[in-house]
Amino acid sequence: MNILFLLLLLMIVSAVIAIETRNLLSSIICLGAVGFLLAIAFLFLAAPDLAITQLVVDVLVLVILIRATISRDLTTVSGDREFFGLTVTTAMILIMAILGVVIFAGFPAFGTAVMDRLPQDAPSVGYLSRCMPGTGAANAVTAVLLDFRAYDTLGEATVLFCAVLGALAVLRSKARRQAGDDETEDEAE
Amino acid sequence: MSAQEPGMSLIVRTAARWLKPFILLFGGYIVLYGHLTPGGGFAGGVVIACALVLLTLALGQKIAFTAVDRTTASSLDSLGALMFLAVAVSGLMAGVFFKNCIQTPEVAQFRLISGGTMPLSNISLGFKVSMSLFLAFSVLSALHVSVKRGRRKMHKRGEEE
Repeated sequence: MNILFLLLLLMIVSAVIAIETRNLLSSIICLGAVGFLLAIAFLFLAAPDLAITQLVVDVLVLVILIRATISRDLTTVSGDREFFGLTVTTAMILIMAILGVVIFAGFPAFGTAVMDRLPQDAPSVGYLSRCMPGTGAANAVTAVLLDFRAYDTLGEATVLFCAVLGALAVLRSKARRQAGDDETEDEAE
Repeated sequence: MSAQEPGMSLIVRTAARWLKPFILLFGGYIVLYGHLTPGGGFAGGVVIACALVLLTLALGQKIAFTAVDRTTASSLDSLGALMFLAVAVSGLMAGVFFKNCIQTPEVAQFRLISGGTMPLSNISLGFKVSMSLFLAFSVLSALHVSVKRGRRKMHKRGEEE
């Protein structure tokens, strides 16, 4: 639980930094840190499905946000800063590689159950016992999402649909009008 | 960076071109095996959308739209939503909305075709999530480009004055 509290504390700190900082790029990076810490917190809460979804959604949202908000695509650094950046990047890649090897060595053997620490009165026990005979799906999380709690998933899909519909309706016409203005004005010039 | 070719540098463009099929394959795997392994329609759909976003960033929007153009994307998006609703309504055959109406026999457990309507729901969610995220990204980047153009124009006007 202590690790979880530490993660929550870090998430709160980076959220505050994301709100308070003046630089848009560092604000977005702090927002990304919140998402990654949330993914790690999901892992510690024994929810790998949620962690995977959180991770990929976070990466995509970061890319979209950076693309949409930062006006310059490529920031170039030179001189001492370039050397510093290269050194830090190489060091981070090395550290990640070493950590990856260490973590991979610590994995349980292939085919063994990873999460076997269920309390007996947990609500998941009922779902797990009804999962295979009731739905025939081996992944209990998907069984919950698409069978026992499919209404929630329908709601989520509807939210996504409405969000994209709104984005298309608002932004597409605006972008088109501006692009059209550009072309006509270019021709006039 | 050459002026004729849109997008990023040669290295990024080549890497994106080589990585694209593998990312798409992985996304498809996560969607199709969602009822057997961790993952599912949402996660797999986002992976597929990531491949398309990578294509847009590295090669430019025109080439990304030859893979999936905007009309196809929005119709696939709607198709996913309608498919999910159809799966939900098909539960009425067994009496209740969203009832899993296809029973899985003991033999078929842990196979790819198991879990009743669940693979269908996963596929429809995969369509829905991947296409809607790609659309949101392309719309936002179009806005970004037009804002940039407007700014350049303002600069030009300022210099003329």
